[in-house]
Amino acid sequence: MKPKFGVVVFPGSNCDYDAYYSLKKVLNYNAEFLWHKEKDLKGSDVIVLPGGFSYGDYLRTGAIAQFSPIMDSVFSFAENGGIVIGICNGFQILLEIGLLPGVMLQNVSLKFVCKDQYLKVENNNTIFTNKIGKSVIKIPIKHGEGNYFVDEKTLQEIETNQQVLFRYSSREGLVDEKFNPNGSLNNIAGICNKNKNVMGMMPHPENACDAILGKTDGALIFKSVVENLFN
Amino acid sequence: MFKATVIVKRRPKILDPQGKAVEQGAKLLGFNNVKKTRIGKYIEFFVDTDDKTLAEKEVKEYSEKLLSNPIMEDFEFTLEEIK
Repeated sequence: MKPKFGVVVFPGSNCDYDAYYSLKKVLNYNAEFLWHKEKDLKGSDVIVLPGGFSYGDYLRTGAIAQFSPIMDSVFSFAENGGIVIGICNGFQILLEIGLLPGVMLQNVSLKFVCKDQYLKVENNNTIFTNKIGKSVIKIPIKHGEGNYFVDEKTLQEIETNQQVLFRYSSREGLVDEKFNPNGSLNNIAGICNKNKNVMGMMPHPENACDAILGKTDGALIFKSVVENLFN
Repeated sequence: MFKATVIVKRRPKILDPQGKAVEQGAKLLGFNNVKKTRIGKYIEFFVDTDDKTLAEKEVKEYSEKLLSNPIMEDFEFTLEEIK
């Protein structure tokens, strides 16, 4: 049986086709676009909030998209244990709507960064990571506002609850400020919620699935989710 | 009818790289007394009611729910009655 991924399309999403292409054409899963004005998740097993600049990033990244009609359904889906993956702008939307804790500030450098980035897999005991089978993966990042910030108390909580899934690192998995591309607290690149069914990450796994692009570690994340779905 | 003016500021502890960059410009211009530049947002709009309490409630909720994010920002607002 093929899992079905619902890829939400907001005005200003621009990685929606990348996600759709990788999931459907490269990984051979079912995938369907979900327009932000709809409420029906069309039987999706996994919801993907893709990267881009929803609503032009006006006010704050993800701030307006959180009130799109489809987000009511996504919120309930997540609250009931449904699997949700927010990538880049999708991560920012999950933060704004409160499914994940924290906020994204501008990169400390004030520059948009676009490059391949090594990530240390910090917690390999979640549905998103337990079948990755590597301790360091290479996934591209492309963002101007990926500087993860949260108050100290919540930071402690997410560290204690092992909600940090990925940290920016060296090729060898060394986590150090030197390898932090944006100023994120504790080099955080990706986190999940307490129930471990909602994940947000700034790097783009959908851009690391097709071998023709020279990197395929992103596929390991989607495969991990799918293997867990059917086990 | 009221005219609302909302100012959204970064909380004092939050780094403001944009403010820092702009301040470098101030230095280049020779404004050496300029210190601690912080950049926020100014938002104005009208609230179509004559009930001031209701207008205040709406502006406050709008500011809390959408115009600012309490993790990184504070807001303040003023209401001016328009005759």
